[in-house]
Amino acid sequence: MSKKVALNKAPVEEKQHPMEKILRMDRIPHIWCSTCGIGTTVTALAMALDQLGLDLNKVAILSGIGCTGRVAGYLKLDSFHTTHGRSIPFAFGLHIARPDMKVIVFSGDGDLISIGGNHFIHTARRNADMTVICVNNFIYAMTGGQVAPTTPTTARSATSPYGCYEHPFNLPLLAASSGAVYVARWTALHIRRLANSIKEAIAKPGFSFVEVVAPCSTLYARLNKLGTGLDLMKFYHDNSVIKHGADPKEIDIDYQSQIIVGKFVDIDKPPYIECFNAGNKRVFGDKFKPYGGGNGSN
Amino acid sequence: MKFWRTPLDIDKLKIPHGELHIIAERCKGCGFCVEYCPKDVLVLSEEFNSKGYHPPKAVKPEECVNCDLCEILCPDFAIYCLRVEEEGKEVAK
Repeated sequence: MSKKVALNKAPVEEKQHPMEKILRMDRIPHIWCSTCGIGTTVTALAMALDQLGLDLNKVAILSGIGCTGRVAGYLKLDSFHTTHGRSIPFAFGLHIARPDMKVIVFSGDGDLISIGGNHFIHTARRNADMTVICVNNFIYAMTGGQVAPTTPTTARSATSPYGCYEHPFNLPLLAASSGAVYVARWTALHIRRLANSIKEAIAKPGFSFVEVVAPCSTLYARLNKLGTGLDLMKFYHDNSVIKHGADPKEIDIDYQSQIIVGKFVDIDKPPYIECFNAGNKRVFGDKFKPYGGGNGSN
Repeated sequence: MKFWRTPLDIDKLKIPHGELHIIAERCKGCGFCVEYCPKDVLVLSEEFNSKGYHPPKAVKPEECVNCDLCEILCPDFAIYCLRVEEEGKEVAK
């Protein structure tokens, strides 16, 4: 007992953790479990923002519901904690109203791909200028470990106690075929490569998508008897293969199989506001005053 | 360290040294920093923090080369490393 008191009364350190500049410190410690991969991904985003040197007043972060949905609440940016699955529509509205802002959607697989799946494909089709970071932990973690659209075949979950029998989504293929201009996948262990990828994705005009395979210790690992998140990190270390430019059709993730990571798509395509201006210019000619134009002054 | 050729600026090079700061109360004992420290500076300590986790402790703090891997892998923002400018070992020839 005395040890506890001594630890609680430890002198406050004068020096500051570098992440404290970007975190809402009144909300830390966060609720994520021990060995969860989401905190690591948040650090990667902070590193990317730091390296880009962006004005943080011009960056907005949006999340839906779920474990990853809490990221917006923890970051000291313009943040928006939206309804379940609707983070991309809110982001699209924000992007149209304020084209000068960098819009980042940071949410989980259950939120973005299952409940918000239709919003995801249509915003990718329209190529709205935003960055979507999807933390894929293969399960609905916050609600108790139900089957998600990304749960691999034969993996157990709370609603598939004998193993999932459905085919999972291949997220990079979904994003690439819907029209995303930048598609990458990394694991929570490839932290520096992930930060570089997020940096490229934010700088890229158009719909860019980064999938992050992250360990879920309390539900996915426990229900499948895979140990802790640290064991999953070791698994990623041994079983991930970097293949830049791989065909997204061939990068399915099976249960405990090889994970192919890398940057798969990096193409140039005019983003939504540019298309809107060009289309109206074609019809109305000089009567049309272009909207946005990059600095949002119009 | 063995070089296949000696770098021309070997006299100017210094192995960086980092000063570790562990915020024990924020730690959830996941062990990422202990597992992935390239110099094996950290171990999980026997002590508990008030949440009941074992925070890491530095057993060889002088070996730290300020690679920042513990800082960026920590999911709980509980460890960080600051570069000590004046210190730093000479590169062995």
